[in-house]
Amino acid sequence: MTATNTRRSRRPRGLTAHIVLILAVLISVFPFVWTIVMATNTTQDIYKSPPKMTPGSHLLENIRHVLDTIDFFGSMLNTVVVACVTTVLVLFVDSLAAFTFAKFDFPGRRVLFATLLGFMMLPLQLAVLPQFILMSHLGWVGTLQALIPPALANAFGIFWLRQYIEGGVPDELLDAARIDGAGFFRQYWNIVLPMIRPALSFLAIYAFVGAWNDYIWPLVVLTDPGHLTLQVALAQLHVGHTTDYSMVMAGVLMASVPLVIVFTIFARGFIAGATEGAVQGS
Amino acid sequence: MPGRLGGPGPARFRPRRTPPAGSVPPRRRGPLSYWRQYLAISPFYLVFLAFSFFPVFYSLYLAFQHWDGLGTMRFVGLQQFRFLWKDPVFWLSVRNTLVIWVLSTVPTLFGALVLATLLHSVRRFKGFYRIALYVPNVTSIVAVSIFFGAVFSDNFGLVNAILGMVGISPVPWLSNPWLIKLVIALLMTWMWTGYNMIIYLAGLQAIPTQIYEAAKLDGAGPVRTFFQITLPVMRPIILFTVVISTINGLQSFSEPQVLFASNAANANLGGPGQAGLTTLLYFYQSAFLNNDYGYGAAIVWAFFVLIMVLVVVNWRIVQRGRKS
Repeated sequence: MTATNTRRSRRPRGLTAHIVLILAVLISVFPFVWTIVMATNTTQDIYKSPPKMTPGSHLLENIRHVLDTIDFFGSMLNTVVVACVTTVLVLFVDSLAAFTFAKFDFPGRRVLFATLLGFMMLPLQLAVLPQFILMSHLGWVGTLQALIPPALANAFGIFWLRQYIEGGVPDELLDAARIDGAGFFRQYWNIVLPMIRPALSFLAIYAFVGAWNDYIWPLVVLTDPGHLTLQVALAQLHVGHTTDYSMVMAGVLMASVPLVIVFTIFARGFIAGATEGAVQGS
Repeated sequence: MPGRLGGPGPARFRPRRTPPAGSVPPRRRGPLSYWRQYLAISPFYLVFLAFSFFPVFYSLYLAFQHWDGLGTMRFVGLQQFRFLWKDPVFWLSVRNTLVIWVLSTVPTLFGALVLATLLHSVRRFKGFYRIALYVPNVTSIVAVSIFFGAVFSDNFGLVNAILGMVGISPVPWLSNPWLIKLVIALLMTWMWTGYNMIIYLAGLQAIPTQIYEAAKLDGAGPVRTFFQITLPVMRPIILFTVVISTINGLQSFSEPQVLFASNAANANLGGPGQAGLTTLLYFYQSAFLNNDYGYGAAIVWAFFVLIMVLVVVNWRIVQRGRKS
């Protein structure tokens, strides 16, 4: 009796939950769909009243227009290079430091780690102006290498990997390796790195997406129009007196597609990783 | 396990395996014998010192100087801050930032909690919902801002076109000071609801189901269960998201910068009436467009103090809720 009651009362509740969730999904996906509609039509079609609501056949034309206006592939290449270099370096630097903090005791360990945590709280914008001055002293303003060093001071990555290594890499295993004569670096390279692969792949996507989407720093430091990243180039499409929205949205679409594909491939692991870090971070 | 390799080191540490290979007999060790450890963390700390630690304090130093970035620096003491205190544009930017922050944070966190609760209750399509609702967070702010600019365009945007079909005259989304803030807040809500939902969902999944079963046995309905069990258990996680949203939400910069980029030429950033001029945008304008480095540093430091005050206030409010 009670069982049928709960079942009956649960079913409609589950249905409303699905309806609300599907509505939310529609809202969250709508901009992607509408971007496609705008990018495949002419601006005139979109400005008509009522506007054209279905994809059209002008995508190639709009893309050609984008390629004429900005150096799309050049800035895409710049972005890929910067994001890849940043990601690889962040993974190496952070995992090495995280391993050290998780498994070793050395004078100053606690002070150093506390400094790192404290700085995680500071807004990065406090540093932007002096970073720019520093880059101009180095002669790096306008060059791509200016984008990488600030992104390497990724305290979150160390904090997050340290949690993972502490819980996920047993001390006994490291002891055994030590008895077999493995030194510090061999333990890191042969034991720790393979064991923390899930955590590393999360951090890789996190760092890659962060570098790919970064805007304020490239905007400040990349002064040479020939050396822009994708986001800055994209924003430049938008500037100007003509608002050819179809063309602009074709650019937005071209810039978003690679990232959305990467994300959907790795989404499951990434979201699982994000929640782990988030809850532990609280 | 404990003590086998535990050398000198403070006893209150948890036992950690530390001796480098080869030093099996425990002996007194100076800091130099830990060179491997220091070497391993040094790449991070070198970058950190040069590109985070030093710059943060250097910008505090700059805030007390008058400097255009080229000429000589002149120490002016608190003058920049005194000017800041009387600068109407600074206060306008602070008001704009706070309004945008409230308009976006409240619906974001509320919506995230509702969606997380619903998502936790359903059995099917969980993975699909999580990914579909999170995807806005990995898109670029630039792309999203351009999109919102197109959709809310005063003359031709989709929103006004739809309103027009129902017979409502066009709404000046991107010229009315309040509507400008509303559009920016909507944009941020769209981007951040999924992110917070994922965090809440992780918290919900950590609550043992026995508690809910006990509540059900005691005859508590879904609403009572939510307010009497879910909310109290989730309080630390809600606190975490409130702090993160305060820090993130007050840093809105790219949204208005891209949205009103066409106005960059006339130096009045932030759109008509500077209604979308956030404090970080004002910082960017002062430091990098007007080359007033000292004033830019003063703005960003004053703003940092404001963020910290708000974080503490928020923290207190959420903590007080726990006692009552």
